[in-house]
Amino acid sequence: MDFRDTPDEAAFRDEVRTWLTEHFVGEFRELAGRGDPSDEDNYDLRIAWERVLGADRWVGMSWPVEYGGRALDFSQQVIFNEEYARADAPPRASFFGEGLFSPTLLAYGREDQKRRFLPKIQSVEEMWCQGYSEPNAGSDLSNVSTRAELDGDEWVVNGQKVWTTMAHRAQWCFAVVRTDPESVGHKGLSYLLIPMDQPGIEVRPLKQMTGTAEFNEVFFDDARTAKENVVGDVGEGWKVAMATLGFERGTAFLSQQLAFQNEVAALIDVARENGASTNATIRQELADSYIGVQVMKFNGMRMLTDLVKKGVIGPSSSIGKLYWSNWHRTLGERAMHVLGADATLIAGDPGKDYALDEFHRIFMVSRSETIYAGASEIQRNIIGERVLGLPREPR
Amino acid sequence: MNFAFSEEQDQLRDAVRKFLEAKSPETEVRRLMETTEGYDPAVWSQMANELGLQSLHIPEAYGGQGFSWVELGIVLEEQGRALLCAPYFSTVVLAANAILNAGTEDQKAALLPGIASGETIATLAFTEPNGKWDASGITLEATPSGDGATLSGTKMFVLDGHIANLVVVAARAAGTSGTDGISFYTVDGDAAGLTRTALATMDQTRKQAKLEFNGVQGQLLGTAGAGWDALSKTLDQASVGLCNEMVGGSQYVLDESVQYAKDRVQFGRPIGSFQAIKHKCADMLLETESAKSAAYYAAWAAAEDNDELPVVASLAKAYCSDAYFHSAAENIQIHGGIGFTWEHDAHLYFKRAKSSEILFGDATYHRELLAQRIGI
Repeated sequence: MDFRDTPDEAAFRDEVRTWLTEHFVGEFRELAGRGDPSDEDNYDLRIAWERVLGADRWVGMSWPVEYGGRALDFSQQVIFNEEYARADAPPRASFFGEGLFSPTLLAYGREDQKRRFLPKIQSVEEMWCQGYSEPNAGSDLSNVSTRAELDGDEWVVNGQKVWTTMAHRAQWCFAVVRTDPESVGHKGLSYLLIPMDQPGIEVRPLKQMTGTAEFNEVFFDDARTAKENVVGDVGEGWKVAMATLGFERGTAFLSQQLAFQNEVAALIDVARENGASTNATIRQELADSYIGVQVMKFNGMRMLTDLVKKGVIGPSSSIGKLYWSNWHRTLGERAMHVLGADATLIAGDPGKDYALDEFHRIFMVSRSETIYAGASEIQRNIIGERVLGLPREPR
Repeated sequence: MNFAFSEEQDQLRDAVRKFLEAKSPETEVRRLMETTEGYDPAVWSQMANELGLQSLHIPEAYGGQGFSWVELGIVLEEQGRALLCAPYFSTVVLAANAILNAGTEDQKAALLPGIASGETIATLAFTEPNGKWDASGITLEATPSGDGATLSGTKMFVLDGHIANLVVVAARAAGTSGTDGISFYTVDGDAAGLTRTALATMDQTRKQAKLEFNGVQGQLLGTAGAGWDALSKTLDQASVGLCNEMVGGSQYVLDESVQYAKDRVQFGRPIGSFQAIKHKCADMLLETESAKSAAYYAAWAAAEDNDELPVVASLAKAYCSDAYFHSAAENIQIHGGIGFTWEHDAHLYFKRAKSSEILFGDATYHRELLAQRIGI
């Protein structure tokens, strides 16, 4: 047990810190401390920043060198993310491609698919969205009814996806679709890659409680994609899709607590400034949020050590997802306590736009976090059944 | 970065667990908790002679083995799991560390070998009838006399105070307040003028006593008037030790709940297949694992003796206190009626969880202390 950097780790940390100091400068500084991956503000500037990262292979840093990556191990990835958060650099719009799709592709994709898609993810030329949820397939994801049928060399896709984050920005969608029309449940599904820019696809923004529309509905009406754009075998899409969910719940969020630490520190500053920090109850709440994010960090370090030893992230990633989403939701509520009467006002001009400051964003966006990537109730089922071995609910 | 126990540390855990399974089964816990002394001298000797548990983290120069707080944490975790009834926490965690933190070289050399060998049962007497865990609670007065002082006043909630051969006492010089004027003194358990009364404890597995000092001659430990820093550090270390003990109990009640949820059938199916029960177990796991992360990290900070210790100690004590009590309480609920009986062991852990939560300050106390320590 030792929480200090090894000499190699320390050298790598220096390299990252130096790179960030040299590159996260100028107009990019406007992005410091900005929201979450789906934050719509300054979108073009964010993409420009991510292309700077990609040019130096900090996008796809975990990929094997043959695919343009740096083959960084888990510890190095965490160090990069720690330094990235310390520099207050913004969450990445390319998260869905880099964070969710690329590890899935590396695990299950064919060589030609890796050669085709990974470089454009790294160069931030192609953005991705995740086509999983449907109106009747939310927590019960295996109930997807979007169909794909082969027509010569192409799949023809019909159906509807929903809650598709960044679909309006994406060039590609990785989707779970039913390729065996006779099938039900987990069987007969395939993991299909569909180009977004075509007449058969309509993206309609879904305005959220935040007033912005990062979510979308995506309608497929005879949309087409090439026959070879299946990851894994046809009919094996459930297995592939579950791997993505594991990445979404696991490694992708390992370093998220660093951004959360910054949020707690900012909230404590506000409480000091407006005098809320003299209130005994608020002090308890702030201390508890501080404790929560530190424990999240310790949990992350234990999970990382486990990951380095075993090479895979098990169902225990559900613990992390359940933990951070609830913690963040509580932080949002406490931020409103700290703001007091000011919590009733937002940024923006009256009668014009519904613009939120950072704490109101946390207060509201966090309501989605206990729902997406598997609602908290689903995570508790996974923990109960797959970690603790409790019997499944009869179905 | 490496957040895992070494192979040797895992072996230590296995050895201690096997020992406690043999020496501290539930029948022994129940037998000992109903005695006034609250421990088995034969097992105490075996702990020292066969496993060297009392000497584990005491430096080799003072008759110990020189292991770190991480190893001590492992031993405490196993003791918490087994609900061991023994004066280990009072002797090894409280008294030995108070001596290590405050004592001079000569005093450490004189006092620690007895603890390391298991001959000395010791404790730290710092709380008083006012029930405060901070410097303001110390009112027992020390009047300079010879090499030490004459002590007058009352100590309460003293762990194993009625059986200790050696009592480390925190006292205050007349006319001082707050963190000033506090000194440590050592007193023999049978010193003239010392009246010791065993107390009826809610958690019968951890004994307490009231110690009344009527002009007891105490030997100064360390520097007169400079005791607070050493005491504050001792309390931080003790909180860390207690956190490790608590996570052992928390894991035990989680295991019990999960097993019962698999075995118990109602409405024609195991109750663990109902989400109402399954989700309770999932939350218990999340909190128990998180408490372990905090407790283990805190043990490392104590081992390193670094600047993080005060913050991490309060952080861990707040988190682990809440987590253990919640798990112990849910364990009763999941067991239903049987969990409410005297015969079932759920209440033993429930009571231990509550007494541990309160000892050295509860979660509310430590959140406020943390707020001060991080400058809120």
